[in-house]
Amino acid sequence: MLGALLIVFREVLEAGLIVGIVMAATRGVPGRGRWITIGIAAGVLGAGVVAMFAGVISDAFQGSGQELFNASVLAVAVVMLMWHNAWMARHGREIADEMQRVGAAVSEGSKPLTALAVVIGLAVLREGSEVVLFLYGIMAQGTSGAALLAGGVLGIAAGAAFTALTYFGLLAIPNRHIFSVTSWLIALLAAGMAAQSVQFLNSAGLVVALDQTVWDTSWLLSEGSLVGRLLHILIGYTERPTEMQLLVYAAILAAMYVLTRIARPSPPAPIPAAAE
Amino acid sequence: MYHTLILTAVALFLGFGAAAALADDYVLTIKDHRFNPTEIKVPANKRVQITVVNDDPTPEEFESHEMKVEKVIPGKSKAVVRVGPLKPGRYPFLGEFHEATAKGTLIAE
Repeated sequence: MLGALLIVFREVLEAGLIVGIVMAATRGVPGRGRWITIGIAAGVLGAGVVAMFAGVISDAFQGSGQELFNASVLAVAVVMLMWHNAWMARHGREIADEMQRVGAAVSEGSKPLTALAVVIGLAVLREGSEVVLFLYGIMAQGTSGAALLAGGVLGIAAGAAFTALTYFGLLAIPNRHIFSVTSWLIALLAAGMAAQSVQFLNSAGLVVALDQTVWDTSWLLSEGSLVGRLLHILIGYTERPTEMQLLVYAAILAAMYVLTRIARPSPPAPIPAAAE
Repeated sequence: MYHTLILTAVALFLGFGAAAALADDYVLTIKDHRFNPTEIKVPANKRVQITVVNDDPTPEEFESHEMKVEKVIPGKSKAVVRVGPLKPGRYPFLGEFHEATAKGTLIAE
């Protein structure tokens, strides 16, 4: 049972961290609860569908279907995160100001929510499909299934608890810093996802240029350890990155920076007189 | 606009693909949540293609952080895993859904 719990927890953890960060990043944006719920629900539904068609996906494109699928899912998430950060660079200050005044509505709140709902949906779909397949395997085995299944369910609960922990941890950050902190988190998250995406393209045999391993830090921090896994999700830690992965990582961070600079309103946003 | 930029970048990356030359095929079989063989030797500094046959009725996830691979293989089916070029050394891999038994090592030399 413990084994099942751990396996499911590990998969849920990745989606959970992303959901937690996104929730913190949209703090104070009206209607976010609905979009986040839609994102998670669509992700769970999608996970079931993907799991059901795992064989078909796997066999597609001469056996590279799964890699291409994962690479695309990650690439779309990266684009959505970039869109979010650009939008936040433009409107973040307004929202932060609004948040100072209790109950004030933010006018343009709905735009990045669709993007982030997609990010959440894709994260849940990717990790969730593995959970579904794993739990399906347990059920197919029959006999000792009940205990293992209980472990799986507990694993999902533990993952959800971790999401809450991430969210409330980030909420402890004071209002005026939260957007810069979450923007950084999202930038690193996106860069890590992009590096992962390009590696999937490499496994698919599509991007084979610059495939030499640049360094090996497995002696320092194994990607299989809990800290290694957390850092892998959060900042894209890879113990043996290839040249292409490093290049893509740096390129996404640079693109993110340029994009938020462009998106930032040209005259410094007028700071409303401090409310007494 | 940046959507277009990224799509262009992705399209460019995809362009590299044509040159992917694949080495000989290696086969790993999963049966009763164990790999057979548990050790597999491949040439170093070369891209290698491994066919993983899952003879179990349950799905398995072939995973190796060391080789940067993760791939789900549905029950009673097979999948192709491409790794490398690998520096000489030992690279452990495992079946994530049955970690206790499904373990093996790839040796690049």
